[in-house]
Amino acid sequence: MGANTVDVTDTSFEADVLKSSKTVVVDFWASWCGPCKMVAPVLDEIAGENKERLTVAKLDVDANPSIAVSYEIRSIPTLIVFQDGQPVKHIIGAKGKAELLSDLSDYLG
Amino acid sequence: MTTDVRDVVIIGSGPAGYTAAVYAARAQLNPLVFEGSQFGGALMTTTDVENYPGFADGIMGPDLMGQMRDQAKRFGAELRAEDVESVDLTGPVRSVTANGRVYRARAVILAMGAAARYLGVPGEQRLLGRGVSSCATCDGFFFRDQDIAVAGGGDSAMEEATFLTRFARSVTVVHRRDEFRASRIMLERARHDPKIRWRTNAVIEEVLGEGSVTGLRLRDSRSGQESVLDATAMFVAIGHDPRSRLVAGVLDTDDDGYLRTDSPSTRTAIAGVFAAGDLVDRTYRQAITAAGSGCSAAIDAERWLAEHPVGAELVASGG
Repeated sequence: MGANTVDVTDTSFEADVLKSSKTVVVDFWASWCGPCKMVAPVLDEIAGENKERLTVAKLDVDANPSIAVSYEIRSIPTLIVFQDGQPVKHIIGAKGKAELLSDLSDYLG
Repeated sequence: MTTDVRDVVIIGSGPAGYTAAVYAARAQLNPLVFEGSQFGGALMTTTDVENYPGFADGIMGPDLMGQMRDQAKRFGAELRAEDVESVDLTGPVRSVTANGRVYRARAVILAMGAAARYLGVPGEQRLLGRGVSSCATCDGFFFRDQDIAVAGGGDSAMEEATFLTRFARSVTVVHRRDEFRASRIMLERARHDPKIRWRTNAVIEEVLGEGSVTGLRLRDSRSGQESVLDATAMFVAIGHDPRSRLVAGVLDTDDDGYLRTDSPSTRTAIAGVFAAGDLVDRTYRQAITAAGSGCSAAIDAERWLAEHPVGAELVASGG
């Protein structure tokens, strides 16, 4: 796991994501997902560079299916941005750093 | 901002790009590899690779690419996870722009591969990631015990359909003809799978669904009759398009966008610029042939560099 991200589970999701005072970007991933492996280092970098503004949380859908089901994940990697317990943005599919930063720009300001 | 002039820049990180990197690094050419934001190429979305020599029990696509990447790194290739925005291939020093920065090299190896093709029908892009997928290994998991569809009739369609039966209740292969391009072994494997159903001579006209896929509107190519196939997902496996846009108008392509090279070499029409892998190959398109042509490209580049010693203007600039 990346040095700058936190792992969340079905049980810790509420406390770590929904009740977080910071913006949380949840990365829905799994070990068998090749494109997830491509995005992981980029996300870790973004997390490291924006520690004050947001938390990047990783959720393994294989081990934690119920959160993935409740947010109707049908493709990974999917990133969901949470603010005040609400999902405010979905980013579906592997993207490069520049594109991700632009997708997240509203939350990095 | 620019950098010193390198011997060779490689654009692409599939079997062709990494193999070129291994050979170029071993030839002391200090290659810089632009892996793109999605390293590993097409094999990153496959499962078992059963036909790559040297792996008697098969190997997972992402694992094979991880190995190739490590091998390139081991010999000193510099890898950058950046997408190349533009290239200037004219003159003795070529420039490659990525992330706003300009990199310069005497030789360039193009190995950008090919991107999954979509059907281009209504509903498809809107429902991408909401039931429409080009990656069965990524997304099959989310359709456990559901009835889903695979579009296509080639090896990748058979592989995806067979793989998806691990999760789905049924997988319907929708193919616009009644003949299959798939190899016999892949087709037979799918045909013997009790979970796989078949809709041939069926053209997908529209992907149906509001928030997520609920079905496909099909037209029978012989009778013209329309019908709806209930499905919660459509996995698209109808082939790939070469990623030649970066050099469009600069290098010659065939009608389908495959780059033309001076086969059997990997030379393009511009001296010092070479091309390999699925970007070039419309015939074989295998991991092993891509790796082979990546090797050829590195050797072609090495020889070309040796035959064209560094000019005085480059020595002065520290290249």
